[in-house]
Amino acid sequence: MSGHDSKYFSTTKKGEIPELKEELNSQYKDKRKDAVKKVIAAMTVGKDVSSLFTDVVNCMQTENLELKKLVYLYLINYAKSQPDLAILAVNTFVKTSRVGTNGVYLWQCQAWTIVAKLISVKTDGNGDIWEVVQIAIPIWVPSQDSQDPNPLIRALAVRTMGCIRVDKITEYLCDPLQRCLKDDDPYVRKTAAICVAKLYDINAELVEDRGFLDSLKDLISDNNPMVVANAVAALAEIQENSARPIFEITSATLSKLLTALNECTEWGQVFILDALSRYKAADAREAENIVERVTPRLQHANCAVVLSAVKMILLQMELITSTDVVRNLCKKMAPPLVTLLSAEPEIQYVALRNINLIVQKRPTILAHEIKVLLEFKEYATEVDVDFVRKAVRAIGRCAIKLERAAERCISVLLELIKIKVNYVVQEAIIVIKDIFRRYPNTYESIIATLCESLDTLDEPEAKASMIWIIGEYAERIDNADELLESFLESFPEEPPQVQLQLLTATVKLFLKKPTEGPQQMIQAVLNNATVETDNPDLRDRAYIYWRLLSIDPEAAKDVVLAEKPVITDDSNQLDPSLLDELLANIATLSSVYHKPPEAFVTRVKTVSQRTEEDDYPDGSEAGYAESPAHAAETGALPPSSSASRQPAPAQAPAAAPPVAAAPVPDLLGDLIGLDNSNSLVPVDQPTPAGPPLPVLLPASKGQGLQISAQLVRRDGQIFYSMLFENNSQSLLDGFMIQFNKNTFGLAAGGPLQQPVWYFNDKIPLHVFFAEDGRMERATFLETWKSLPDSNEVLKDLPGVVINSVEATLDKLAASNMFFIAKRKNANQEVLYLSAKIPRGIPFLIELTAALGVPGVKCAIKTPSPEMAPLFFEAIEHLLKS
Amino acid sequence: MSGAASALFLLDIKGRVLIWRDYRGDVSAVQAERFFTKLIEKEGDPQSQDPVVYDNGVTYMFIQHNNVYLMMATRQNCNAASLLFFLHRVVDVFKHYFEELEEESLRDNFVVVYELLDEIMDFGYPQFTEATILTEYIKTDAYRMEVTQKPPMAVTNAVSWRSEGIVYKKNEVFLDVVESVNMLVNSNGQIIRSDVVGALKMRTYLSGMPECKLGLNDRVLLEAQGRTTKGKAIDLDDIKFHQCVRLARFENDRTISFIPPDGSFDLMTYRLSAQVKPLIWVEAQIERHSRSRIEMMVKSRSQFKERSTATNVEIEVPVPSDATNPNIRTSMGSASYAPEKDALVWKIKSFPGGKEYMMRAELTLPSIRSEDAPPERKAPIRVKFEIPYFTVSGIQVRYLKIIEKSGYQSLPWVRYITVAGEYELRM
Repeated sequence: MSGHDSKYFSTTKKGEIPELKEELNSQYKDKRKDAVKKVIAAMTVGKDVSSLFTDVVNCMQTENLELKKLVYLYLINYAKSQPDLAILAVNTFVKTSRVGTNGVYLWQCQAWTIVAKLISVKTDGNGDIWEVVQIAIPIWVPSQDSQDPNPLIRALAVRTMGCIRVDKITEYLCDPLQRCLKDDDPYVRKTAAICVAKLYDINAELVEDRGFLDSLKDLISDNNPMVVANAVAALAEIQENSARPIFEITSATLSKLLTALNECTEWGQVFILDALSRYKAADAREAENIVERVTPRLQHANCAVVLSAVKMILLQMELITSTDVVRNLCKKMAPPLVTLLSAEPEIQYVALRNINLIVQKRPTILAHEIKVLLEFKEYATEVDVDFVRKAVRAIGRCAIKLERAAERCISVLLELIKIKVNYVVQEAIIVIKDIFRRYPNTYESIIATLCESLDTLDEPEAKASMIWIIGEYAERIDNADELLESFLESFPEEPPQVQLQLLTATVKLFLKKPTEGPQQMIQAVLNNATVETDNPDLRDRAYIYWRLLSIDPEAAKDVVLAEKPVITDDSNQLDPSLLDELLANIATLSSVYHKPPEAFVTRVKTVSQRTEEDDYPDGSEAGYAESPAHAAETGALPPSSSASRQPAPAQAPAAAPPVAAAPVPDLLGDLIGLDNSNSLVPVDQPTPAGPPLPVLLPASKGQGLQISAQLVRRDGQIFYSMLFENNSQSLLDGFMIQFNKNTFGLAAGGPLQQPVWYFNDKIPLHVFFAEDGRMERATFLETWKSLPDSNEVLKDLPGVVINSVEATLDKLAASNMFFIAKRKNANQEVLYLSAKIPRGIPFLIELTAALGVPGVKCAIKTPSPEMAPLFFEAIEHLLKS
Repeated sequence: MSGAASALFLLDIKGRVLIWRDYRGDVSAVQAERFFTKLIEKEGDPQSQDPVVYDNGVTYMFIQHNNVYLMMATRQNCNAASLLFFLHRVVDVFKHYFEELEEESLRDNFVVVYELLDEIMDFGYPQFTEATILTEYIKTDAYRMEVTQKPPMAVTNAVSWRSEGIVYKKNEVFLDVVESVNMLVNSNGQIIRSDVVGALKMRTYLSGMPECKLGLNDRVLLEAQGRTTKGKAIDLDDIKFHQCVRLARFENDRTISFIPPDGSFDLMTYRLSAQVKPLIWVEAQIERHSRSRIEMMVKSRSQFKERSTATNVEIEVPVPSDATNPNIRTSMGSASYAPEKDALVWKIKSFPGGKEYMMRAELTLPSIRSEDAPPERKAPIRVKFEIPYFTVSGIQVRYLKIIEKSGYQSLPWVRYITVAGEYELRM
């Protein structure tokens, strides 16, 4: 069934776009279809075919499902990244429809009827016609399609409309979606369920207002398992992005979902299992019941179903108290987990990362699955030295981690020592030392065997390990003194690691066998280690021993021969709370990375209600919105071919909602009375991410226009950040701003357009605090004295607490309030600070407070005491923030 | 806990985007392509070999098939197992449509590819990957009709793998029990690792919606039914079923009941970790004569019952890479030198149980050797074989009942075969 679509990629002539345009407008169906294919082919290889928008969209009205799908694909691709393109395209469309081109004429007429209706209904005649047309085009056909008798087309329409991520469109999506959620055909319903999640992503409020959440919840009781599964997926996603409880799994939902689990597709089973893993069973009995319903999934051929079932079982196991049940469950989970390791390599990778977590929580689960030992042993006799070392170390780790395997591991290690391959023996001795410390008084009988290979040791770590063993078990080794003596001869030449071990081992030997031989040895060693070495570690340790031994040998025994704690292998061990979080995330990326989801999830809202900002990706944050074709020639909006055909009306591009902040800089008036350096500075970009601006003029009062604004100080300059949101259907432009007379004489010039919206904004004084407000101590005292007492104003700030002087000072310094001095008065801290506002007006500040007790007394002296209320407000704000 | 994919990319071998489908509009193709191209260039760096990689807020998960990479991108905490497995399913779907999935077939069928990408996943959630059902409503040019009136019932049905109304003149079922033996033996003749992976592969040509019930000599089932097992029953370690099998029913009473998909599929797979005796034993004696000549004597022995016969046996004995002038004699079959594998390949068409055959070979070695030559690679002897009418596990199909409401009779054909998987004996 091979196709020949590659021929559509082949046209590369220069006049490709005009040629395509002509073909798209052909009167022959087949030619139009081929042309659309060519357009999609061009889009696929990254060419910008956005200029053909109108022509392609014209082909939307077709009975041919394949063609319709292609046009929809095109629409999704270009509508979302270039909503303004739609409007340009519409202009062309209007022109051509007036001319009445053959073929497409009929549906254009129909479209116009809709447009006319929209205009009258939606905007009461005040709206901008272009905007309505822009919406009409991509909406009209799909919403017609959503009533098509063919369920495939109905589903396709609702699926596509959800993908056109343009906020304006959402409202028109509601009615068709509402219908599709109640469609007779389950295929349409399951598509509509997902579409609710899409809509929520674009406009959450709308979804809640229109009651879609309830419709979605109803679908959980749908008689079709696939609809249930998709509804669960959609609800789970919506819940994830909402602070309110939206999707709560009750025991009734639980049983419905567990039933659906048996019937839906493998992917649906994964949705349901993942959603159910949030469910907290009431008691052990319920947990056991749930587990019983889920365990059969362990036999599923789809590894994702298996892992999600494992997750669910592990979570419910927390509640199960019966050890028998738990043991039984562990036994059931082990074989499927092992089988995952013979799956595709990528699955193996995910499985191994998860098994790593699971065995940390339930170490016994795979204990009887240790089959690698013989394989490790085999590797230990390979030729590659590094590989061999790793194999031996791995055997050692098995022994330390798994008590049941320890004995077998030891016998394997002994066999390896017997083959007398130098590096194998040395590596084995290193790991055996650890095994001794893990299982004290268990395997010491093998020491004799180890001692046989003493002469072959030449690596420091192996030597040091062997010497440690001799010292630690000196009382069991008859000739321990002889063995150590053989090392002592070369003491000065040994590396520090070995020297240190020799020193300690000799001390141990001496304490255990205080006879003449060891006595001589210890003297030689101590002498060597104190006088003839430059190594401070060695010297210090030797002196400590020396002193201990000479002052109180019994105390030395207590210290040197003290019982050692049993070691454990906790490398790779995760923090228990993190481990629990990761286990709740089995099979997900979180479990692969071993990181909590917050650490890497970068959910980006692609369309928010504030389309003003989001429709204009500025490259840095919103660059992801590029489409492949668009990306190839970024920013190449309407290519010349179409631009020449339609002299775009000047206002057309602006018909998209107005850009925030852009008009602000030019129109802001002077800040009268402030020196120039403090005047408002143009802001090129919309406010960077920060706390939302306070709303000054709500949309209800501004006929749809909402203004949020705040004065802020950044980088030594004052900004008036304003956010304009156009919630009305009509275009707003030509913004002017005027400041009423105020303390600072802020004002803006220029005539005002009607209508005028008035709003108030309190000016936070602290934005005016200048960087050069620091005073010398002497100046401060002088100024304080020179100002008359009438200039002192005092206020209690009862709601403010100072917990730490440092933190408070840092906070104030960040707003250009500078610390002068502090003193203590009884249990109260008194702080002196200074600040300066434009025109050189200083503020001398005295703060009195008891640490940690609410209530701060603030006294200021300033030449302009009329500023005091503003100042208090500012400082209260700063201290509270 | 939920999460969905942002986009699915099909990339060529150099990491350039061939086709992609954007599901959420929060990942850019340019960024993904740039990252992935870099990743491929870093070949050999073990970090970059991970199939799940994080870069700049986006997680990429990928698999490779022929000269095509399939990659998912996401910004959320997705179910990684599900999405990676989904990619493998996508490969299956494309293979079903285009016979082979490769760069050319994607280009040749890009319209269908887009249609499929739209259908198999919605908003980053896997939807439907049953290739046989998809072909009923997404058709390539040759089979396309003007308007498909509705999606097949199966898409949303509880039985999502089979459409209704299938008709065959002759109703037949073929069931192959295939066991593949993995074996690793060390140079002392000790078995290091051995396991058996079994699969019940079915091909069904049945009309309507047949109800099937399969009976195996499963010890747990037989004991539960209180039957004497007479040593014939077997323990299956870990069983995995095709999604058509009713898992809850199996959990309850070990009955394997299902409505099969049409055509071929793997009904179940199982694993047997019990130690098995090597079915074909090979040992090689090698004598090196003063760096100039190497003499090999290879003995192979079949260690299964005489009534069974291994066919298409192929024994690969490694030789030094610089060996020349092979002189080979065999007591059975034919042997040749395969320099591209650095091995002698000994083929025996038919190898009955309890027999032993020999091969002698002599090769010349260059007399000069580089002083600092790396130590000789120790390749193992590899063996391939098939043993029809035989299973290692002793699994038996006791019955396969097929019940359809139209009441037709159909006879199942059952075959057993054991094949060599990764079967290696070290020298």
